[in-house]
Amino acid sequence: MTIRSRQIMALGSTAALGLLLVWGVIRLPDFGAYPGPYSDVLNAAAVAERHVTNIPSAVNFDYRAFDTLGEEFMLFVAVAGLAVLFREQRGRSNRKNPSVVQVSEAVRWMGSGLIGFTVLFGMMIVLHGSLTPGGGFQGGLILAMTVLLIYLIRGDEAFERLSRRAFVEALEAAGAGAYVLIGLAMLTTGGMFLENLLPIGRLRELDSGGTIFLINLATGVEVSAAFVLLFAEFLEESRKPSSER
Amino acid sequence: MNVLPYVIAVWLFLAGLYGVATSRNLIHLIVCLSVAQSSTYILLIAIGYRQGAGPPIFTYVPPGTPAVDPVVQALALTDVVVSAAMTALLLAVAVRIYKQTGTLDPQKIRPLRS
Amino acid sequence: MTVIQAVVFVLVAICGTAVVLMREPYRQTFLLSLYGLLLSILFVMLAAPDVALSVIVIGAALPLMILTALRIVGQHST
Repeated sequence: MTIRSRQIMALGSTAALGLLLVWGVIRLPDFGAYPGPYSDVLNAAAVAERHVTNIPSAVNFDYRAFDTLGEEFMLFVAVAGLAVLFREQRGRSNRKNPSVVQVSEAVRWMGSGLIGFTVLFGMMIVLHGSLTPGGGFQGGLILAMTVLLIYLIRGDEAFERLSRRAFVEALEAAGAGAYVLIGLAMLTTGGMFLENLLPIGRLRELDSGGTIFLINLATGVEVSAAFVLLFAEFLEESRKPSSER
Repeated sequence: MNVLPYVIAVWLFLAGLYGVATSRNLIHLIVCLSVAQSSTYILLIAIGYRQGAGPPIFTYVPPGTPAVDPVVQALALTDVVVSAAMTALLLAVAVRIYKQTGTLDPQKIRPLRS
Repeated sequence: MTVIQAVVFVLVAICGTAVVLMREPYRQTFLLSLYGLLLSILFVMLAAPDVALSVIVIGAALPLMILTALRIVGQHST
């Protein structure tokens, strides 16, 4: 199939699909006039019921915690699959190939200036996930980027020390397992799986939310460890000696 | 004018699909797939929007002020992070294909035999 | 629907189309980064700060992974 005929066929079929989709989308409620009752109920009840003020976080980790468990394990399996794909090719050799990236002085200076703030900011976003916009997913990713910033500032020896495979994999598994264990612990006390039975604390303070706070922490740990592992595998794969390319 | 956000989401989805269908480089294909995924976030968040309402965060305002839908935001925010990990897995598969066959052109790669 | 909302929606559509039409992956990553920034502005405008935060951090991580993959493959410059 030539390139031109493939383009024409793709244009034709996407146009046909587009007509069907636009026909379906026109019947939606007007933009800005959302009528749904579910969101009104949640906005009115969630603050009083759980003493959290970040409602999407409460929805993620309490009202629909089972879906988030599935999403987190999707992340876990994706990173595991990536590690398998890269390591199977590399074999068991322990050669430490030199890095081929030269980092300029400006990047080093700016990275050294920013890294303290970034670590604190990431931890704040994770811890205050049930109070202000943020949460485990966003804050965990910020913490993973700080480890990458250390790679840019200090080179790959420091990065290798921070991302030892055994430690990072254990941390990731601990985060994912803690989510499930919190849910199972609720089962042992007579409630439902992942039901929020812990004391819900004071409004607008850090100890509010019960299991929302704990699940938030577990997710932050898991996401940051998963992305550090992802970056470490990618960076190690890019460090082959030039004779093998 | 009231269906413009939904039409834009449909347009981005179709553009991403067209890019996937007529791509000549596997990494370009993966980025077009990422664009098609982002169109679903735009559709979700645009559905839950209320004109003149604030975000569903009640740290400084009393609960009861008009706010947009929190459920679609909860769906979208986990989706964004997880789809990035999926894209990384796809990139690993693309790198593996390159190591195996020497090319990144999806129209030159023969299917596996036996 | 206000004027600025319509403008940002149209900008997002234009940038998304530009990402698809740019055939070289090395240049596409810069457009993808710009697309992430425009998406985060759109989501803040639609009163969704959690999602905007997610898009901003992904817009930092995803082009980086693509650039590393391009380096592995050998197409890291035009």
